[in-house]
Amino acid sequence: MAEEILRVENLHVKVEDTPILHGLSLTVNRGEKHVIMGRNGAGKSTLASVIMGHPAYEITEGEVFFMGRPLHELDVFERARAGIFLSFQYPAVIPGVQVGTFLKKSVQSVRQETVKARAFRQELNAAMDTLDMQKSVLSRYVNDGFSGGEKKRLEILQMLLLKPNLALLDETDSGLDIDALRIVAKGINQIAPDAGCLIITHYQRLLDHVKPDFVHVMIDGQLVMSGGPELALKLEEQGYDWLDATEVEA
Amino acid sequence: MSDEAREAVGDYRFGFHDPENATIRFDKGLSEQVVRDISGLKNEPEWMTEIRVKAYHHFVEREMPDWGNCGELNNIDFDNVTYFLRSSDATERDWDDVPEDIKRTFDRLGIPEAEQKYLGGVTAQYESEAVYHSLREDLEAQGVLFLDMDSGLREHPEIIKKHFGTVIPYSDNKFSALNTAVWSGGSFIYVPKGVHVEMPVQAYFRINAQNMGQFERTLIIADEGSSIHYVEGCTAPTYSTDSLHSAVVELIAMKGAKIRYSTIQNWSANVYNLVTKRGVAYEDATVEWVDGNIGSKLTMKYPAVLLKGEGAHAEVISVAYAGAGQHQDAGAKVHHLAPRTTSNILSKSISKNGGRSSYRGMLQVSPKADGCRSKVVCDALMLDSESRSDTYPTMEVGNSTADLEHEASVSKVSGDQLFYLMSRGFSEDEAMGLIVNGFFEPFTRELPMEYAVELNKLLELEMEGSIG
Repeated sequence: MAEEILRVENLHVKVEDTPILHGLSLTVNRGEKHVIMGRNGAGKSTLASVIMGHPAYEITEGEVFFMGRPLHELDVFERARAGIFLSFQYPAVIPGVQVGTFLKKSVQSVRQETVKARAFRQELNAAMDTLDMQKSVLSRYVNDGFSGGEKKRLEILQMLLLKPNLALLDETDSGLDIDALRIVAKGINQIAPDAGCLIITHYQRLLDHVKPDFVHVMIDGQLVMSGGPELALKLEEQGYDWLDATEVEA
Repeated sequence: MSDEAREAVGDYRFGFHDPENATIRFDKGLSEQVVRDISGLKNEPEWMTEIRVKAYHHFVEREMPDWGNCGELNNIDFDNVTYFLRSSDATERDWDDVPEDIKRTFDRLGIPEAEQKYLGGVTAQYESEAVYHSLREDLEAQGVLFLDMDSGLREHPEIIKKHFGTVIPYSDNKFSALNTAVWSGGSFIYVPKGVHVEMPVQAYFRINAQNMGQFERTLIIADEGSSIHYVEGCTAPTYSTDSLHSAVVELIAMKGAKIRYSTIQNWSANVYNLVTKRGVAYEDATVEWVDGNIGSKLTMKYPAVLLKGEGAHAEVISVAYAGAGQHQDAGAKVHHLAPRTTSNILSKSISKNGGRSSYRGMLQVSPKADGCRSKVVCDALMLDSESRSDTYPTMEVGNSTADLEHEASVSKVSGDQLFYLMSRGFSEDEAMGLIVNGFFEPFTRELPMEYAVELNKLLELEMEGSIG
């Protein structure tokens, strides 16, 4: 039987005084890959940020459940420790903090245990090999002077190390060349069997490498249509205008 | 305590002699007689006594500085300071008197109990004689003189007479006058020509209480082509019931020599830390100050370098952390007095919970100093809106060929950084700790490893409970 990881129920969210999500519902089970597509400003990134607990967003109605537990009880770091991971569209720069130190501390914080240096090193090496990353990145400062592609790879590296129950990937594919895209997809596919994945993207091209179970279309803070991989292809060809028409008819 | 000191106690009229713990302690307050008695007790040569007395009179006559945090300076009660105290390794203070928060910090930093007691002022000596001896033997084999300043004066009076007060004369400022009048302890180091002391000289400062005195006096001379890295103090909190700490440190780097002097002060929050530090760099010599200010109530300290020889170089890297009730008024001074001299100044400060940090810098280029280069970078990080950060840079440029850069920035921790780190499992305090450690990293990486680790831990502790 399917194990529920994420259940979003009739979610209404505003930022400052602007409503962004208007009654969004969605369920993600373990082992499922869900893709959300939609135009800029539809509220896709807001959904990911709200699930992670960004303080700027206020839930005015509805609730988000993570593995059966209402999420509003948990602070951001507690969500991370419970197994929610967000791959940021624009990861923050942390000057002066070396990637290697940061990764180890982060793994220790999420697992809430001391990680043995040697075991961690092996785990790290394996994950970096998967993502075809240079060891020299470990002594650089977190995201400081990183190219877009390097940032995204570092996000995926963290995901592999933290082994989340729920992976939120916010436009992880944007700005990547074809090789980087394939590598990022490899990372997603590696964790996907054991997690629920919510992938936010503009483009069908990632889906050539990551085969989704569900594709949802978001317009104006709601999921207006859901389907399989074929829906992504149709959006790629025809854009979103036909959906606006459908919505009006409905 | 040495036998000779014990003998001296007998006829000393201002002190008292407690046979149980063999401590010499003067009554509070200062007079010419106290100054003469300090000198007499140490059997100092006449010339030193005379310098002390002159310095004392200068101190009395000299006005308090009218800049910096002069309001706070005027709160110092000079009559309520003990100007001389010498003890054996017997207990000076009850462990129960050391404040709980300092003890907790010791524990969290994982400092061994014996060392905790030393840092807490409970014992005067920290037992690591074995380490001390082997290090010292290594230095002796290379001909390096390394003694506490009192012993240095006894054993090498000719060297000290030649250099003492030449970099920082007693008349330099009110507190250098005070230090010259009543100094005790500190270090004397002479590195012979061409000798490179490979290891940072540091362990000593956890050993010898005299080095951590209130009015220590340090003189380091690196002869031609030699080099030394000296590390003073430690990152762990240093508890003192004495509210005034006023040291003088003089560095002399002869032709082609290099001296690096690293300090982290973490005095307890009752201490006024008013220190004069200055180095002279002759031709092609380098003087580097690596200076960290974490503790104290008020610190006023501006490590300086006089670039006197052609091609000399100065490096001043400093950090300051000002928490609740603290004012760190720190900075750097570099005087380009010869052609083609170069300097780099990097200053980083953090203010939190209403703390205040000030950068006060002086960069001077004399008319004959052709082709100088200098770069000054000041970065301030504010952790909340009630805290304060100021910058007071002064430049006096007398030569149009100088190439000078000055950059300053003030920043706040961004919400994006906090959210990102918290999404990686760090609590808000832990996230702040990481950001703060990262901000200080250009300083921390200059420290010997164990100091760097300890400083990072300490800053993480400082961040705990920082946000409501």
